[in-house]
Amino acid sequence: MYRRVSNHLRKQFVSVLILCAGLLFSFSNVNAADAGKGKAIFQANCATCHNVHKKVTGPALAGVEDRWTNKKLLHQWVHNSASVLASGDAYANNLFKDFNGQQMPAFPSISDEDIDNILAYIKDEQSKPVGGAAAATGQPATGGEEEGSGNSLLFGIITLVLAVVALILLQINSNLNKLAADKEGVAVPEPVPFYKNKAYIAIVIFLLFILGGYYTINGAIGLGRQKDYQPVQPIFYSHKVHAGINQINCLYCHAGAEKSKHAMIPSENICMNCHKAINEYHGPELTTVEGKKINGTAEIQKLYDHVGWDKDKGKYTKPGTPIEWVRIHKLPDHVYFNHSQHVVAGKQQCQTCHGNIQEMDEVKQFAELSMGWCINCHRTTKVQFTENKYYSIFTKLHDDVKNGKIDSVTVEQVGGTECQKCHY
Amino acid sequence: MEQKKYWKGLEELHNTNSHKAAVENEFSGDLPFEESEGLLSAMTPRRDFLKYLGFTTAAATIAASCEIPVNKAIPYVNKPEEITPGVPNYYASTFAIDGEYVPIVVKTREGRPIKIEGNTLSKITEGATTARVQGAVLGLYDVARLRFPTIGGVEASWTDLDKQVGAALAGGPVVLLSNTISSPTTKKLIGEFLAKYPGSRHVSYDAVSYSGLLDASLVAYGKRVIPSYHFENAKVIVSLGADFIGTWLNPAEYGRQYAKTRKINPERPEMSKHYQFESMMSLTGANADERFTHKPSETNAVVLALYSAVGGSVSAPAITDTRLANGIKEAAKALLAAGGKALVVSGSNDVNVQTIVAAINDKIGANGSTIDWNITSNYREGNDAEMAALVSDMAAGNVGTLLVYNANPAYDYYNAAAFTDALKKVKTTVSFNDRRDETTILCKYAAPDHHFLESWSDTEGKTGHYSFTQPTISPLFKTRAFQDALLTWSGSTTIWSDYLKQEWLTRLGGQEAWDKTLQDGIIEPAATPLGGATFAGNVADAAGKLTAAKKGGQYELVLYEKVAIGNGRFANNPWLQEMPDPITRATWDNYACVSNTLAKKFSTELGDDYEVHSEKKVLKITANGKSVELPLVIVPGIHPDVIAIAVGYGRGKQEDVGKAAGERGANAYPFVTFNGKSFDYFATEATVENTGREFPIGMTQTHNSYEGRPIIKETTLEEFIKNPKEVNEDREEFAHYGASFRDDATIYPKGEFTYPGIKWGMSIDLNTCFGCGACTIACQSENNVSVVGKDQVVLGHEMHWIRIDRYFSGDENNPEVVFQPMLCQHCDNAPCENVCPVAATNHSSEGINQMAYNRCIGTRYCANNCPYKVRRFNWRDWNGADSFADNLYDVADMNDNITRMVLNPDVVMRSHGVMEKCSFCVQRLQDAKLSAKKAGRPLLDGEAKTACQTACSSDAIVFGNVNDQQSEIFKLRNVEQKERLYYVLEEVHTLPSINYLAKIRNKVAEPKATHEA
Repeated sequence: MYRRVSNHLRKQFVSVLILCAGLLFSFSNVNAADAGKGKAIFQANCATCHNVHKKVTGPALAGVEDRWTNKKLLHQWVHNSASVLASGDAYANNLFKDFNGQQMPAFPSISDEDIDNILAYIKDEQSKPVGGAAAATGQPATGGEEEGSGNSLLFGIITLVLAVVALILLQINSNLNKLAADKEGVAVPEPVPFYKNKAYIAIVIFLLFILGGYYTINGAIGLGRQKDYQPVQPIFYSHKVHAGINQINCLYCHAGAEKSKHAMIPSENICMNCHKAINEYHGPELTTVEGKKINGTAEIQKLYDHVGWDKDKGKYTKPGTPIEWVRIHKLPDHVYFNHSQHVVAGKQQCQTCHGNIQEMDEVKQFAELSMGWCINCHRTTKVQFTENKYYSIFTKLHDDVKNGKIDSVTVEQVGGTECQKCHY
Repeated sequence: MEQKKYWKGLEELHNTNSHKAAVENEFSGDLPFEESEGLLSAMTPRRDFLKYLGFTTAAATIAASCEIPVNKAIPYVNKPEEITPGVPNYYASTFAIDGEYVPIVVKTREGRPIKIEGNTLSKITEGATTARVQGAVLGLYDVARLRFPTIGGVEASWTDLDKQVGAALAGGPVVLLSNTISSPTTKKLIGEFLAKYPGSRHVSYDAVSYSGLLDASLVAYGKRVIPSYHFENAKVIVSLGADFIGTWLNPAEYGRQYAKTRKINPERPEMSKHYQFESMMSLTGANADERFTHKPSETNAVVLALYSAVGGSVSAPAITDTRLANGIKEAAKALLAAGGKALVVSGSNDVNVQTIVAAINDKIGANGSTIDWNITSNYREGNDAEMAALVSDMAAGNVGTLLVYNANPAYDYYNAAAFTDALKKVKTTVSFNDRRDETTILCKYAAPDHHFLESWSDTEGKTGHYSFTQPTISPLFKTRAFQDALLTWSGSTTIWSDYLKQEWLTRLGGQEAWDKTLQDGIIEPAATPLGGATFAGNVADAAGKLTAAKKGGQYELVLYEKVAIGNGRFANNPWLQEMPDPITRATWDNYACVSNTLAKKFSTELGDDYEVHSEKKVLKITANGKSVELPLVIVPGIHPDVIAIAVGYGRGKQEDVGKAAGERGANAYPFVTFNGKSFDYFATEATVENTGREFPIGMTQTHNSYEGRPIIKETTLEEFIKNPKEVNEDREEFAHYGASFRDDATIYPKGEFTYPGIKWGMSIDLNTCFGCGACTIACQSENNVSVVGKDQVVLGHEMHWIRIDRYFSGDENNPEVVFQPMLCQHCDNAPCENVCPVAATNHSSEGINQMAYNRCIGTRYCANNCPYKVRRFNWRDWNGADSFADNLYDVADMNDNITRMVLNPDVVMRSHGVMEKCSFCVQRLQDAKLSAKKAGRPLLDGEAKTACQTACSSDAIVFGNVNDQQSEIFKLRNVEQKERLYYVLEEVHTLPSINYLAKIRNKVAEPKATHEA
């Protein structure tokens, strides 16, 4: 069950990744300018400083094509703005002056074609009313959970029915016995009622003990675990809007996931990279899990209040205060967990442990984060055994792979389930 | 090779009954059980037991059913670019306290310094550290530090203080009284500041002074400096009471140099010959090949005799002790035979003694060979005579303002009362000291300086050799750099960090060079040949004065610095207080060290049992009209007529100087005398009385006994050259098990112990382990090892993961010493693993004996079954890891929110009732492996280093992957050191992952010692 879900998620995440990769590498077989591709490239590279309609760090891009004397120069400008400035182009130099001598970074990796795609996107966008939004892409839910619980319900009902039938049959049997005995004139003691029958009582107590014990132990194991924990956060930050609809790479904000044990909740300056420009919410309607409507723009304002940004003046007017997010994923102190180990060395997707985060408006804890859950994954997950040269020292395992004894190596086989891999 | 008998103390040597009893009772604390006739009459009868059981179950249920607390995750508003939470940053800095010079690298996590390592770029120390350097990081979080400026003891603002002091400065000559300052830019600034106030001066005063050495250089070589010693070039080293590995000048540097002369293998079977002449048993003496003792009053005679024996024309006083006299002759012969590759150093602070020592060095050709006069050391500059003159000046009312910076004469001046009285005559008194110490309390103004980890500075350790200090954390308290005070008071608006930067930008020529300098932490010129010098001292005059010195009394007294505590500046460091002294193995106190013979004279009750018990007889020791009462500790090897007392104890009240330092031990500085030129740290006449009282001392000597099993191997150089294999002759016995002792000496199937990837292994060289204790403190810092306090040490509850066992052997009055670091051996066939009922301790596929604290239920079977006695049980909640706050047992402010900032966040705190032990610094190993994995390359040798290994100044510890044939540890075990390599208690087939290299003494083999019983 668990594997199936995670595989499914992985596939899905791979497609997200491919899309992200598409931002950087253009497909050469596309001839006509593709606004859809242009949007992706725009969001990955330009949106930090540019908006179609608004002047932000850089100028508003609506009508940009018309403002430049020729398209080639515009291409050159994107590739290397300094060279255009050096050539003495009047428009470029005026622009440079208008923005207080702040130079646009060079993007030599964006091909001319991609620039055209971006321009097509801008053209598309400028014709739309301000704040047009894309629709969310839904993912079909898996039905495994219901299936499983349906089965157990069925078995339960059957068990109950059978038990009742057995009880009735037993009762009939004893009545018949009594009748038979009466007929034959044999004196039979009055039957003990079942609630006084010691055998019955013993069986009931035994069953209660087993059941009670089962639930107590399970309850005790569950202490301190908080799967599905979904607290209300100080700001209604929607991962669905950011990572899902707008396809911002997880690592853009959670940069620590590649470097550190902590994935890091982004500092507010990371938020402001984009939200200097994006001060209104125009996406699909947001609601809490309880169904309460959320005003996205008001939530953005909360961020501004925290960082002390005055959106009308376009500058910081107050010292910032940190946002006190409610922590969801928390491992006990005696567990060492390292994000970078899993993301970089293990090449795991975020969704493996965090679930379909790009579909969550409000984040909830997807996995149990119990030791059994960790260990199960370590038992089945394969390491990058041949790709990663670190594992070259495991000569015997390499021989086994070569000889076909084993086809891959799991985390467990390289010691990944030993105590002191996580507890020290 | 015959096995010598090694003993930790006399009780073990004579195997007394109480020793046997103590050994039997491994966990010296009584178990909370009792045996009585009827269960109901017991203290906790069955019914009570059931009540408690019921109550605790109910309580636990209620506690557990509470809601999970809501935790916050609070990110930065604006994350500093260089900080990634979870990833450490390293900053180069300098440990330059009291003139010591150790370039360091500070590890910070989320902006908090948590660990100090040596800076390996420095060619002076090459990354060496000492226990004090390792412990210095805890000093940053010392809760007893002054948190704000005060005027008359009341909190004040810096502006008010500046206003008042600024006005007062004009009222008469200003004197800056400081310890040695080796920062050239600070000195420049001091010069500029004092120039503003005519008649002002700077007096340099060191609590433990080297004035005699400096003055002797002035006379003999024309400059008041300390030359650079190069022990690494010496084939013969003679130390006259200089503890150069433990406390003398710059032990990190000298220890490292010395170690280079003690590394030995069959390919290059040579090592230095080290003679030590001393009164007490010092760390350096314990490591000497030949050691001779004399009374302090005989120092003069010994020096003169040595000078005469190397060909000096003086008439040396006769030495009655023939062993000593022969020793001097022998040492002189060796010095002369070394052809310049010899060095004599002396710990004396007497200018005449040092003059003769300089003359000896000149005679044996040490100048230019082992002593460098071109590049000199700035380790000390204190001038005793100037200090004495200052006190009389103050008493005469000739000082208008006294600025005290890092000096504490009210505590450590030989005549503290005179200083205190004189201080009252000074109108304005300002202290820059970091706490309300004995001097600061008497000063009107307290202007606390930053801790050095919060400061900017530069240090010129040796001529042209600079090491820099940069802040590793924002100041924790409202403190201010001393230099900023001087700048403000001289009317400048420049701040100190800019002043320093400007100075260096000019010298280096640009920002880029300055950035590089801060990154490296050091500037060192290319190596130049050692410079000689012409000796121009007046030997006849010095000899005359030495001969005229008065003779000693029946008992004599020497003062010394403990390796951990030093002159007392580090007294409030609980790590250092709890570090067992290398020689006495005592913690938390000072005491009177006496020999066994002398102890019996003081108290006939003092049998050999004495050392088993923590209660020590208290003696009243009187000398120079002053007396202290201190408990008596027997130290074999100390001169029979000498009492040795450590300085650095007997500090002020706990609320002033700190909980760990305050009211602990007795102050021995009053025994110091002033001979008109310099301070003498001995008394030639002492009287002793037995007070009849007793006082407990926490000594770890008797803890963790091996019950006489052979665990040390040693030989002499001569025998080693003759037959290198001799060390391991006893291993031949293993041959009868089969070809492989590892596989064949067990009934388990072969190949049970396989390590598919990495197999960690460690090697410890007993020949270069000097017992300094740096590893113990490094481990404590790295692994959050708890401090337990004296009372618990008495019970044998100390927590150190790595301890250094000190063993004596041979003659009990002049024993040989060997140090053996003992830590978890990570046995491949570990006895502890088999007995754990819950498999909390088990083996990893990398050869680590793992300890899962959260699985441990505290049966202590493992500790019981460990033949090495390296497992540590949490008898109390030392660190608040329990859920119940009332359980906390904290004696030294180790759990203050500020102090806890020193904890390594990658290592979990162990709670009450669980076992812990050395983990081979698994967090470092995992980190190194992860870096390799992330980069997609194999782990390189030397990438993963344990804390003890990096701390060791002598590189006695080698660690690495034994499976890697290119690794240092593999080569060492299989090629270089095959002959000396042995495993402790190998015969019990524990298959340890740690091997030791046998100790080799460069001395003539003595008649074989007694056989093991």
